[in-house]
Amino acid sequence: MVEISIAPASIAPSAGNGAERSSGTFRGDPKVSARDVSVFYGEKQALFNVGIEIADHSVTAFIGPSGCGKTTFLRCFNRMNDTIASARVQGEIIVQGKNIYDPDVDPVQVRARVGMVFQKPNPFPKTIFENVAYGPRIHGLAKSKPELEEIVVKSLQRAGLFNEVKDRLNSEGTGLSGGQQQRLCIARAIAVSPEVILMDEPCSALDPIATAKVEELIDELRTNYCIVIVTHNMQQAARVSQRTAFFHLGYLVEEDTTDQIFTNPKDKRTQDYITGRFG
Amino acid sequence: MSVLADESSVTGLAAVSAESRFDNPALMRRRRRAEVRFQLYGLLAIALGLSCLVILFTSIIGNGWTAFFQTSIELPITFDAQEIDPDGTRKPSAFASANYQKLAYTALYKILGVDPSIRPQRTAANALLSREIDSQLREMVTADPSIIGSTKKVWVLASGNADALLKGKIDRKLPQENRQISDQQLAWIDQLTGSGIMKKLFNTGLFTNTASSQPETAGLAVALLGSFYIMLIVVLLSVPLGVAAAIYLEEFAPRNRFTDLIEVNINNLAAVPSIVFGLLGLAVFINFAGLPRSASLVGGLVLTLRTLPTVIIATRAAISAVPPSIREAALGVGASKVQTVFHHVLPLSLPGIITGTILGLIQALGETAPLLMIGMVAFVVDVPSSPLDPATALPVQIYMWATEAERGFVEKTAGATIVLLMILAVMNIITMVLRKRYERKW
Repeated sequence: MVEISIAPASIAPSAGNGAERSSGTFRGDPKVSARDVSVFYGEKQALFNVGIEIADHSVTAFIGPSGCGKTTFLRCFNRMNDTIASARVQGEIIVQGKNIYDPDVDPVQVRARVGMVFQKPNPFPKTIFENVAYGPRIHGLAKSKPELEEIVVKSLQRAGLFNEVKDRLNSEGTGLSGGQQQRLCIARAIAVSPEVILMDEPCSALDPIATAKVEELIDELRTNYCIVIVTHNMQQAARVSQRTAFFHLGYLVEEDTTDQIFTNPKDKRTQDYITGRFG
Repeated sequence: MSVLADESSVTGLAAVSAESRFDNPALMRRRRRAEVRFQLYGLLAIALGLSCLVILFTSIIGNGWTAFFQTSIELPITFDAQEIDPDGTRKPSAFASANYQKLAYTALYKILGVDPSIRPQRTAANALLSREIDSQLREMVTADPSIIGSTKKVWVLASGNADALLKGKIDRKLPQENRQISDQQLAWIDQLTGSGIMKKLFNTGLFTNTASSQPETAGLAVALLGSFYIMLIVVLLSVPLGVAAAIYLEEFAPRNRFTDLIEVNINNLAAVPSIVFGLLGLAVFINFAGLPRSASLVGGLVLTLRTLPTVIIATRAAISAVPPSIREAALGVGASKVQTVFHHVLPLSLPGIITGTILGLIQALGETAPLLMIGMVAFVVDVPSSPLDPATALPVQIYMWATEAERGFVEKTAGATIVLLMILAVMNIITMVLRKRYERKW
């Protein structure tokens, strides 16, 4: 096993230079690494030469003020930006040794391998069962009906939702409460056993109790998945993530262990942001 | 000043100023008056619209309901072998040339006690019966030659004038010379109705008869079938074409100048006067492609062109109303674009698509001008057995009957209008039911 220090040359100016870190550094190959990623919306550049490495079995948080490019960057990891006609992505994003922007890669396959949970809970207007079963079904992951049922139950259990909905798997997913809907969306994402789960402000539409449940869930999922979460809420980043990346105006300003970012940020802008001076 | 006093005076001042600042009686009165006035305008507009609708419907139904009934006379008709088949051959050719009308007249003379040798009396009695009884009796004999020689009670149609009198369309109090029915005929009719053998029966002929110059035997069969064929063709062509075009334009097509141009043209197409589509159909389908004139196939094709823009526009609106979060959700679990559209977007936009399509169909059902252009305005006696046969359509039939001179066609016109409106109402109800059934919330 090799210890990897997180300071690729392309990272924004003051990302530190490999100071000793006791926690949050990761061992083994990174699950995902981004190299020199720039994103343009038409003529306008939204993201400037961002590079980052993301470890497996950990939660990485992207923080930063609105419009800083964190969601844009997140959507590069499953090629969701492809769906926006004017968006153009440069650079490489390597998931398990393969650049997902290579011409021979099918973006649909990428999205199966890299799951996503969105800001607003968006269950399909179908039953709870169908919501979770949809992904495995279109990818042919279950050979038989019992197998499919097993996947659905397991996914709901992992998302911590099974006990609440086990008696009404055939009722509408849209009839659940906001927090339950979001956990249903998480169950839907993990039902296809993705390698990475992206979460785009998953709690911003939820009340504090539902937020706590989802955060708890994220912490549990960490043991099995590589999770990247975008959040506006710095306390949330501090609570759930092991590593944090701070974005500002399209640049990755600083990326380090969460402890380090919140207690001893290197960059003045990071410090200003986490102390609430702007944002 | 103490701090306490200062605070209370400040809050007191604030309270007073808050009240007085918005307390402007003149302004409030004006605002309330404006609201009341506006609501009044709205109510007035609705009342006006509703009263127009009520007038329209009472006039149509008042004129048209009698078309659903037709005066008939029950006559004991003797199928005289001498008259029908003097040579005893029992051949269809003999049945075809016999004078059946005379059988009915003879039966009527017997009931009324008319002496057939007196010509004016005979003519007056004949005028009570429809001239189309001939074909009715011939069909009976052709279907069952064994009735020749027997006497049967048969309901035969009364003449248009007798029918009009029974429906109150002819004023009995008018002097005889201004009336289409003589005093003698009036007495006969009273005698027949009094004995219960002349009365108004439900007019199934309105739906089963074809074109006729006699109002009592004119029916909508050709128009109904023609409209049915047209609707069938419009549904079969415009729904798949329109929905496919809308899906492509909305979900797959790149946004550029070319697709903008297409969009503008589709919107313009929806606003093109329908007669232009008729001209197009005449030039392309009949002159160029050589399809038969007056055929419901051509009518269906022309009205498909007419309906397509409506279907495309409605479908596009329904598709774009599906929230993008649903598309993201599907794409996010690794569904392809086509899977996303067909598994999620299309089912969710179905209510809108159905509504738009049926509205387009309703529009097509009421369309008249393009059908006139392609010759679907014709006197068609044979029921069309396929969309290639000459036919008319309901609105065209209404137009044709409205231009007939016979007074009996007035109620026929209104009756056909009622039939058309009923079909439209049924289609609207179907739309509502389907909409309710497939409507989903998210």
